[in-house]
Amino acid sequence: MAIVFQKPSTLTDAPMHYCPGCTHGIVHRLVAQAIEELGVEGKTVGVASVGCSVMCYDYFSCDMVQAPHGRAQAVATGLKRARPENVIFTYQGDGDLAAIGTAETVHAATRGENITVIFINNAIYGMTGGQMAPTSLPGQVTQTTPYGRDTNTAGYPVRVCEMLSTLDGVALAQRVTVDCVKNVNIARKAIKKAFQNQIEGKGYSIVEVLSTCPTNWGMSPVEALKWLNENMIPYYPLGVYKDVEEGVKK
Amino acid sequence: MARIIVDEKVCKGCGMCVHACPLKIIALDKTRLNAKGYHPAQLVEPDKCVGCASCATMCPDTAITVER
Repeated sequence: MAIVFQKPSTLTDAPMHYCPGCTHGIVHRLVAQAIEELGVEGKTVGVASVGCSVMCYDYFSCDMVQAPHGRAQAVATGLKRARPENVIFTYQGDGDLAAIGTAETVHAATRGENITVIFINNAIYGMTGGQMAPTSLPGQVTQTTPYGRDTNTAGYPVRVCEMLSTLDGVALAQRVTVDCVKNVNIARKAIKKAFQNQIEGKGYSIVEVLSTCPTNWGMSPVEALKWLNENMIPYYPLGVYKDVEEGVKK
Repeated sequence: MARIIVDEKVCKGCGMCVHACPLKIIALDKTRLNAKGYHPAQLVEPDKCVGCASCATMCPDTAITVER
């Protein structure tokens, strides 16, 4: 018998601190697989954000930098400009990329920085205990919206891929999810492409991954996958929003 | 002939492999706890495994190795 699936060499053996069923682990593996398949482990530098993924430097075997809250793409810009031969990626959640880091995100994108951005959208602040995020759905119950997100006072969710796809500096803006095997395989291809784009010098590539937060959503991991499928995907449609290679621009 | 090997130290008993298995031959072992206090996943009908790796694809902790 031959091994057909094993942990990629680009992930360390450190046990992940994420809650049971948290899809961060799946996305970590997809990023690690992309780095391994492209053979760029030795020259990849990741930038971790603030949020549950704050300690992802323990899990990737490449070099990692821990950026201040929201500033991952500003740090990545500096890294890429100082060392353009290196492969630079950021790994950010919605509280980091779409809230405190919106300015850094929009400006890194419009400058067309040649970096890869992995954006985890789970519609809630996970690490701090389940407060409303900019991406929380209308009506969604969180710690700070106990009666459901009221759009009259709390506004509407931010659709990051749609927003960034209007900018000329963006090479790839794609939204994927990891709720089932089929979608994990699509996400794997998208993440690999986002790294490939950077290696080929195409510019800013962002992959938004719709993820779950079973603990703060108050569900079992399997129920959370179902909730994601039934509630998040209709609000955040999956697909390619911009791809300079294919000429796609929604 | 195929099999899965679950790294029980790492398994958090989330049950996503149980849900993902198309043959429904994985279950959490409710009679045992690992060092972290979770019920680890195990193959209950080893002869039926085809090595599709659906379980490993959905495992957030990459605790599953698949051989075929």
